[in-house]
Amino acid sequence: MSTVVRLEDVDVSFGTRRVLDGVSFSVERAEFVGLIGANGAGKTTIFRVVLGLLSPDRGSVAHLGRHVGYVPQKVVIEPDAPLRARDLVALGIDGERFGVRMPSRARRARVDEMLESVGAAEFADARVGTLSGGEQQRVLIAHALVGNPPLLVMDEPLANLDIKSGHEIVELVARLTKERGLAVLLSAHDMNALLPHMDRVVYLAEGRAVSGTTGEVVRSDVLSELYRYPVRVLDVDGTVVVVGGHDVQVR
Amino acid sequence: MFSGIMTNAWAVGTIVAVVAGVVGVFVVLRSAAFVVHGVPLSSFAGAAGASLIGVSSVVGLAVFAPVAALSIGWFGRRRRRDVVTALVVATMLGLGALFLSWSNEYAAQIYALLFGDVLGVTDAELWLSAGLAGAALLAVAVMYRPLLLTSVSAEAAAARGIRSGLVDMLFLVLVALVTTTAVPVVGALLMFTLMVGPPAAARAVVRSPIGAMALSVAIALVTLWASIAASYVTNWPIGFYVGTIGAAWVLAARAWSALRR
Amino acid sequence: MTGFFQSDPVRVALAAGAVTAVVSGVVGVFVVIRGQSFAGHALGDLGTLGGSGAFLANVNPLWGFVGVGAVVAGAMELFGVQRRRGRDVATGVVLGAALGLSALLLYFDTTTSTTTGATITVLFGSLFAASPQAVPEMAGLGAAGVLGVVVVFRPLLLSSVSPDLASARGVPVRAVALGFLVLVGVTVSLTSMVVGTILSPALLIGPAATALRLTRRPGAAMAGAAVIGLIATWAGIVLSYASDHWPPAHRGWPISFFVVAIVFVTYLGVELVARRAR
Repeated sequence: MSTVVRLEDVDVSFGTRRVLDGVSFSVERAEFVGLIGANGAGKTTIFRVVLGLLSPDRGSVAHLGRHVGYVPQKVVIEPDAPLRARDLVALGIDGERFGVRMPSRARRARVDEMLESVGAAEFADARVGTLSGGEQQRVLIAHALVGNPPLLVMDEPLANLDIKSGHEIVELVARLTKERGLAVLLSAHDMNALLPHMDRVVYLAEGRAVSGTTGEVVRSDVLSELYRYPVRVLDVDGTVVVVGGHDVQVR
Repeated sequence: MFSGIMTNAWAVGTIVAVVAGVVGVFVVLRSAAFVVHGVPLSSFAGAAGASLIGVSSVVGLAVFAPVAALSIGWFGRRRRRDVVTALVVATMLGLGALFLSWSNEYAAQIYALLFGDVLGVTDAELWLSAGLAGAALLAVAVMYRPLLLTSVSAEAAAARGIRSGLVDMLFLVLVALVTTTAVPVVGALLMFTLMVGPPAAARAVVRSPIGAMALSVAIALVTLWASIAASYVTNWPIGFYVGTIGAAWVLAARAWSALRR
Repeated sequence: MTGFFQSDPVRVALAAGAVTAVVSGVVGVFVVIRGQSFAGHALGDLGTLGGSGAFLANVNPLWGFVGVGAVVAGAMELFGVQRRRGRDVATGVVLGAALGLSALLLYFDTTTSTTTGATITVLFGSLFAASPQAVPEMAGLGAAGVLGVVVVFRPLLLSSVSPDLASARGVPVRAVALGFLVLVGVTVSLTSMVVGTILSPALLIGPAATALRLTRRPGAAMAGAAVIGLIATWAGIVLSYASDHWPPAHRGWPISFFVVAIVFVTYLGVELVARRAR
């Protein structure tokens, strides 16, 4: 296995507020890693560090190649904006370049192939702004992956999706991870949708992180240590519930 | 209608329509209607100042339009772009009022600057307009992909290493270029309708960015040609026709897309 | 400076300017909070239509400004200014059509009358030419504007912060938005009398934006904005009066220039200090 990105002992502070505190974890090839934590735990800051938009006050970030495919959390596109799904995916090839680029058959084929592999071929010519949340996610994944990056970073892709579309997106990402040998770092505030597909979890609380397999990390003693507060992990009919407080009784 | 001094009007009108139609697609994509209204209005001060020191108003426009565009971009780069735009425009117009009070300009000439004048285009200005328009079109071609990507998502663009602040400034300079080209013909108050009306109508009909540009240019051409002809025949100001025809296109396009649903 | 306060036009200007500055400050704070600067600016521009129409019909321009301001505010609301998405295109389209019409009316003004001043007066204002009878009318409108803000203050503030929250509490959000835009239309018609239609947004937005940099409490911001506006307007009148013999033309510099310059410099100064302080 080769490491695609590794964070070691990363600290980030904004003013006097420590947002990340000694965060270490890595993502390997063909590995689906879930970044779990409540709102405000520091997930977006970790992404900014991984994307190279923010350099940490302390610690190191090692990359296998600079190129990272990124799916931002919220993309608001007006329904009548003249931008088709295929236009957005084509911008994933070289959208950052200045200069004139003539359309070519090879580019078109590459875009079509990418749209096909995320299951977006049927709405390739629809306006992005008119697509449903799940459909937009597929197009954004195609946009992020068409340049063949070794790492895909997704910021809360399930936040605005219904349960069914959420599961479909997770399944799609899991399939792409194995098929393409992709490293995936996907954030969510609830891990249950990810449990069947996640290889490893990075659990984030108040700027600190623990990483490992779900069996290693999502345990009462590990999370209590992370939160520095008594926390219980409960299994309710296969759904993991994390609750805090002394008054929780576990049979 | 097609001879003598009118030749320049048709030529400049065509140039203006093409460049405004192309750049307008990005204006609408980026929701920049206020800026596109504000930059020409601000450049009015430049035209007033130019007549004071006895140079062509195009020179004044060419100086003040970028100054206005860049101050809006610079002061508004963190937040409150709309507040800053309103204030920069007002300040520049205040300067314009001052220059007017110093000069002995006739009301008719000021009126022409604000509401457009098809007959006022000299040969030298025609060539200058053509050059500026060429530069603007070249800039759009070169910046096309980053311009489009930053319009869709600043975050996705940043992850690809695009500095959206820089692209935004370049876009404002582009607006200033178009302003300098178009204001002498269409007027400072109404130039923006050419950059909002045709693209807003085009995007309701066409789905791809390139297609939207093509249709937007076509609509702008029809609008401007019709306005020049009508203005010539009735002797009424061209701004009246550009403003009302521009709004009519948007209404028609909305009706069309409502009917298709 | 002798005779400054004896001059009737000056006294009229000071009174009209004071009324305007206070109303603008109060209404402007909400324009800035609601992010409606473009709408405020557009309503100012659109006053041109009313002003030029009034000139043509030979009635007091104030009533032209007020009538058109109120009607166009309603049109903009119907066209979808209340939505964040696409509203600037809506504003732009309404603005374009109305400005086109103003161009025509001003054209008739300049061709039918021998006085060439219509364009300049309407667009850039001429406070010294305001008639003494206009002052009570402006004061009445101003008082109505301030009263309007006082009455809708709480629902307006709530629906500016979160329309969803407001409608959950039973606030008629669209009616409040429409009422507020009409209020902005009336306010801008007052400022149009002082600094002209295309400069009126400066007085509406500048002092309010400055005051909101200094305090976060809406009530205090309104008071602050009124004071800043008042100082700018009165200083503008004094300077304009004093500039009668200044170079290069040895005529008075326009009031609107001074007012706008003072407003802008104040905003910039406060902005820079506030940034430094952080």
